[in-house]
Amino acid sequence: MDQITSARRTTTTVRPSSGWVAVRPRELWHYRELFYFLTWRDIKVRYKQTAFGAAWAVLQPFLTMVVFSLFFGRLAGIPSGDVPYPVFAFAALVPWTFFATAVALAGNSLVEQERILAKVYFPRLIVPSAAVLASLVDFAIAFVVLLLMMLAYGIVPSAAILTLPLFVLLAAASALAVGLWLSALNVLYRDVRYVIPFLVQLWLFVSPVAYPSSLVPEPWDAVYGLNPMAGVIDGFRWALLGQAEPPGLMLVVSVASIAALLVGGLLYFRRMERSFADVV
Amino acid sequence: MTDVALRAVELGKKYRIGERQTYQTIRDVIAAAARTRLRRLSTRSGPRSSTEEWIWALDDVSFELGEGEALGIIGRNGAGKTTLLKILSRITEPTKGHADITGRVGALLEVGTGFHPELTGRENIALNGAILGMPRAEIERKFDDIVTFAGVERFIETPVKRYSTGMHARLAFAVAAHFEPDVLIVDEVLAVGDAAFQKRCMGKMTDAARSGRTVLFVSHNMAAIESLCSRAIWLEGGRCVADGGPSEVISRYLSTSLSVQNDHLWPDPDVAPGSEQVRMRRARVRPERGSPDDPIFVTTPFVIEFEYWNMRAGAHLNLSLHVFNEQGVLVFNARPAEETVWRGRPFPCGLFRDRCHVPGNLLNVGMHAIELLVVAESRHVIHRMEDVLAFEVRDVDEVEEGWYDAWVGAVRPRLAWETEQVAALDQVALGDG
Repeated sequence: MDQITSARRTTTTVRPSSGWVAVRPRELWHYRELFYFLTWRDIKVRYKQTAFGAAWAVLQPFLTMVVFSLFFGRLAGIPSGDVPYPVFAFAALVPWTFFATAVALAGNSLVEQERILAKVYFPRLIVPSAAVLASLVDFAIAFVVLLLMMLAYGIVPSAAILTLPLFVLLAAASALAVGLWLSALNVLYRDVRYVIPFLVQLWLFVSPVAYPSSLVPEPWDAVYGLNPMAGVIDGFRWALLGQAEPPGLMLVVSVASIAALLVGGLLYFRRMERSFADVV
Repeated sequence: MTDVALRAVELGKKYRIGERQTYQTIRDVIAAAARTRLRRLSTRSGPRSSTEEWIWALDDVSFELGEGEALGIIGRNGAGKTTLLKILSRITEPTKGHADITGRVGALLEVGTGFHPELTGRENIALNGAILGMPRAEIERKFDDIVTFAGVERFIETPVKRYSTGMHARLAFAVAAHFEPDVLIVDEVLAVGDAAFQKRCMGKMTDAARSGRTVLFVSHNMAAIESLCSRAIWLEGGRCVADGGPSEVISRYLSTSLSVQNDHLWPDPDVAPGSEQVRMRRARVRPERGSPDDPIFVTTPFVIEFEYWNMRAGAHLNLSLHVFNEQGVLVFNARPAEETVWRGRPFPCGLFRDRCHVPGNLLNVGMHAIELLVVAESRHVIHRMEDVLAFEVRDVDEVEEGWYDAWVGAVRPRLAWETEQVAALDQVALGDG
């Protein structure tokens, strides 16, 4: 039944590795079906287990937007440029919620899959990556609500909206970068599980979600860009709402910061990967 | 001359003692760093040797396996069998040595890996297949066979959380049984389902071995190894101590594998085996009456006794014993179901003693090993000791009338039995004539 031609036979060598190990894209490609299935499972289980299902993807950013509009927009009078504060806040909350969900899911992913890690071999990078990809579904649902809201406020996006996929990609890359670090650390130190919600909460306030990044004074805005989400959120607002000038130095700094975090995360993850099954 | 499918060269795996299956919190790391510093400050006789903290779970194991060979791996618990399989299936890296494997490698260290209770039978087949490494086309092609093999046709769209334990196990094994890599690595997964299902599973495994697949098979079931494998290796303390025909290796293993260890005492609780919650003090097996060193015959009632420190006030503890015979068959499981004084009560801190009374005429002749599990809140196994005790049950001296051969079976009970003559033949014959 299973005819195996000798041409297909490959030799696998098992040997100790040491130090830093390269990411093997060909191996990742070989395991693409597992990547697909794990993503698919994460999505399925997410919506099967919850009573509200997809409504959660909308409720969370939407209620946050209502509270922000009331306290930051109305009472504190935080400026939102030439768009109404609710749209201003929601345009940031949609990518932010994606980032926060993806970081939390990816950060806990390896520990939650410990049984599989101890019993089957596959490139472990798949696990946090699938968690980030699965979070994109929530993002897509919330994004539709954002478009409806813009429609209700009569905001028509300019051609800048064509750059939006780039910013979605940057948001996903940021979440993956942070997720790789956290998931690997989580295997070694279980404290990380408790650090993640706290980290995400703090991160919300150092990101321009409730306020515009223009509040940060001139020489410091470049430094502010070290927060990857600063560049991403500003990019979202610019691409969708056509706010202010196109992203400049701050975005460049954010992209560099994302790249550094991602490369570092990949290297660290690959280095720790070999001990996951022994420790988890 | 067949091609070599697998070549293992001087494979070794070193673990730090206690590292396996433990993780740390940052607090532990800080505490450990502080300890090392203190130790360094107080060291007078040079640094402590580092060897005591490391253990070679697998040590210098080399073998070659031809294509289509079926290799059985035997050995006691903790001998390195699973470590070897985990290295060969790339789940964990060796510390030294290397192995070359030709062809697609598939490992079944467990059945149903990745099964999710919320997903349906159909969805779990797809997911489990993907996790094992089956291409999607292969899963689709074998889907109907898998469902039929498991006998779950009617429930295929039902979430597996509504499956009975047996259905769950059958579905899980059905996926595994249809997994056909070039080199198949199997760890003791046949122990699922009822006897009829196990028989079908064994049939599948035999097919795999006969169809030219290379198979590596770990089991405590010597009969399975003997019928399935063309060769066997015996691991002991991480080393390969025998390699050859299965019946020869098995008989050598059985003759030496269990040695009597019927009394253990750990006087110092700080170094005694255990966990943060419980520490062992003593484990022993002794006859109910007479000297503790008297032999145990099949007719002798005996006591399995454990003393342990409970370190956490308010814990609900109970012990659970698994008694294995030398074929690795679990003969029985004992729990304090009949114990009335402490059952259901919280334990204060202190030293406790449990005695399990085993009647005579229960176990058959031969070596027996006891695995101890300390269970908290009736659910969590907080401490487990494999082969904590080993003892021999001897045959009674007098030869039963008319029976000179060994009794077969895991147990040797004395059962009430009646024979009576219902009618005499000559009476029947007379009636006829």
